Amino acid sequence: MVQQRETGFSAENASLTEYRLRMEGIRKRFGATIALAGVDLAVRGGQVLALVGENGAGKSTLMKVLSGAHPADEGRMWLDGKPYQPRNPLEARRAGVGMIYQELSLARHLSVMENVLLGMEPALGPFMDWKSIRQRAAAAMEQLGRPDIPLEAPVMRLSVAEQQMVEIARAVAVGCRVLILDEPTSSLTKKDARHLFDLVRRLKAKGHAIVYISHFLEEVKEISDCFTVLRDGHSVGEGQTAQVSTDQIITMMVGRTVEQLYPRTPRKAGSVVLEIQDLAGMEKPQSASLTLCKGEVLGIAGLVGAGRTELIRTIFGLAPVQQGTIRVGAYVGPASAGRRWMQRIGIVSEDRKLEGLALSLNIADNVTLSHLPAFLSPRWQDRQTDQWIDRLGIKCRSPRQLVSDLSGGNQQKVAVARLLYHDVDVLLLDEPTRGIDVAAKAQIYQVINDLACRGKAILVVSSYLPELMGICDRIAVMCRGVLSKARPVEEMDEHQIMLEATGAGENV
Amino acid sequence: MKTVSADSLTPVSSRFGWSDLLTRLGPLIGLLFVLVLFSVLEPQKFLRLNNFELILRQTAVVGTAALGMTLIIISGGIDLSVGSAIALYTVVIALLLKIGIPSFGAATGGILVAALCGCLIGLLITRLKLAPFIITLGMWGSLRGTAKGLADNSMVYPPVTFLNELLRPVSPDHIWLLTPGAWMMLLLAVLVAAMLRYTRFGRHIFAVGSNEQTARLCGINVEWTKLRIYMLAAALAGVAGLLQFSYLTMGDPTTATGMELDIIAAVVIGGASLSGGQGSILGSLVGALIMTIVSNGCTKMELDNWVQEIVTGGIIILAVTLDRLRHRRTA
Repeated sequence: MVQQRETGFSAENASLTEYRLRMEGIRKRFGATIALAGVDLAVRGGQVLALVGENGAGKSTLMKVLSGAHPADEGRMWLDGKPYQPRNPLEARRAGVGMIYQELSLARHLSVMENVLLGMEPALGPFMDWKSIRQRAAAAMEQLGRPDIPLEAPVMRLSVAEQQMVEIARAVAVGCRVLILDEPTSSLTKKDARHLFDLVRRLKAKGHAIVYISHFLEEVKEISDCFTVLRDGHSVGEGQTAQVSTDQIITMMVGRTVEQLYPRTPRKAGSVVLEIQDLAGMEKPQSASLTLCKGEVLGIAGLVGAGRTELIRTIFGLAPVQQGTIRVGAYVGPASAGRRWMQRIGIVSEDRKLEGLALSLNIADNVTLSHLPAFLSPRWQDRQTDQWIDRLGIKCRSPRQLVSDLSGGNQQKVAVARLLYHDVDVLLLDEPTRGIDVAAKAQIYQVINDLACRGKAILVVSSYLPELMGICDRIAVMCRGVLSKARPVEEMDEHQIMLEATGAGENV
Repeated sequence: MKTVSADSLTPVSSRFGWSDLLTRLGPLIGLLFVLVLFSVLEPQKFLRLNNFELILRQTAVVGTAALGMTLIIISGGIDLSVGSAIALYTVVIALLLKIGIPSFGAATGGILVAALCGCLIGLLITRLKLAPFIITLGMWGSLRGTAKGLADNSMVYPPVTFLNELLRPVSPDHIWLLTPGAWMMLLLAVLVAAMLRYTRFGRHIFAVGSNEQTARLCGINVEWTKLRIYMLAAALAGVAGLLQFSYLTMGDPTTATGMELDIIAAVVIGGASLSGGQGSILGSLVGALIMTIVSNGCTKMELDNWVQEIVTGGIIILAVTLDRLRHRRTA
């Protein structure tokens, strides 16, 4: 039924010709991080292969290797039996591998037909051959069963679903043999998702090989013929979708040993410091209620895009409150970020490069930014910062060093140091260990444990379940904007959380 | 925490690495270079004490306005209207003097009008949420038009007051006394530099320019910070307008055409980044000096105006290229 890591080295030549696409032993590392540690994958023409795995399992990296965006360090690939070694996305596209990313890459101001043939416009000398552009674009849209989309319209006038069609048409017009769809339904409505499934079936019937990446296992069950599971950069399981249950796939996704990374000193939760009732933001969250106590670590699990980040930002006043109440100690109601700092709440952003840190400023400025006296001296800033550099073990030359010079792990410690310097009572941590190495992760876990023992209240958003299971006292799950009731971690298991997060909970 | 001991062994050796030093000294090295260059090429006319005094007087207007522009550019903004604004302020001061307001009151009035203009620019930028480039491009036209309208399309000749003396040459016997305008520029430079370094507002300017999102995350009121920056910068441009008035001894709505570009160039040569988060007052003053020295030196060598313009343009590109190279190496 489920083959665990068996990709048949026997009859190699026979299988090579049979598969449309085959990847074998793909390895890729970024600096010290091993993203792919030997991945095998194969898909035939006229087949939909679902690629599943937790966040950070290596799905995106694998697809970037496949589409030529990152070269693999090791491993081999074949396309229709011929060795395939794309050096850049253009080569991959020419070879017939089309990639549809989550974020669409269209020229928003250009028309549909120009977008479909962008970069390979038929031309008459220096002039655009509008007639054949129109013909070829129309043919591609026809093939997708969407001749209704106006070819002259600027792409930005179309809905997200229609824009996605244009992007797929672009791949089809080039004559792609393998089409990769990365989380294609994440920004679609239910109805549009149905249309997309129809399209996938249509392309499949025409003999395209399709790699379908999704978190939503019910989709995987519905659309795919076979599946491959990635975990920690390994392919850990594969098989025919019809022969396994959603349960079994989840077991393969999360089945890892929990490392002894997570210190947990016995502690007792105190009085409530943060209380949220029926909170709704602009789009997400739709409904969230929780209470957070002193000396407690509360985790929020869920998939990327479920609305966890939006929840934290709404609490912190970085996104508007539509409905519901937020109570922080004695303060009730929404407040600006500046007020939240005064109420002794602090936040660590999920994106330290875009939002969390001012990279072109030095460590001292970044640490002390939220709380500066009207007059200050650089020496005072350095003294304040030095103690946190010591306590968190930030590796740097001096507090005057630019944050952009630091490694990811040390940058993250700077972001955390800001909260410690400010001496906040409530810490909102959004993906606090994303993209940092294991040693730095362990240090962050240690800090979180110490803070909880000192009576601080901590709200952690993470996509990495073992981490939440390891450090949290209670966990709530967010699915499509709705937050479940938080339950003690002892009563939960990764399996159940995964079911709830993927929206499969109610079916089981 | 156990992990700390191993990490804290990392030597916190030099507070300032070589790259830091180079970044700091970059514009000064450039200044030294042009000084030596013209001293060698034209020792007779260039290398004289009273010529240096002249250079300082020639720098005063651009240098003073560059102080404000430095704040704006550090915060990630730009002000294209400052040349027009300076013309407007000369007209305002001349008109105030003409209707009989005493000289001190007229000067203060000019600077107040400047601060109001800055307030308007700041409000437009923060309320309409448009790029400063667009807003100030609009103001570049509007302020010039206002100046011309107020002056009725001609020069405004006020009665003679001590305001005309701010940039007068100092007598050769007491050359070290410097002209009052130069003192004003230097004093303001020290104040603004101290504000950038030693006050919360100053650090917030850097934070907003380095990463506006981070500033917001840290609870900084970004809009209020920007509004104050544009007001302060405009007030400094008001002082520059006063000096320009003093130099002209009249209100001229067509003066300082294109001066905004000289001012921006001075700030950029001084090491500021147009993408924000970086820049220094000392650098901008040195940048302004480099520009004046090049034009002064070219004049002393009796080169045509067009040569000066080509050389100045080349220096801007060279300065920014060197700056980028320096940063690529440290990154």
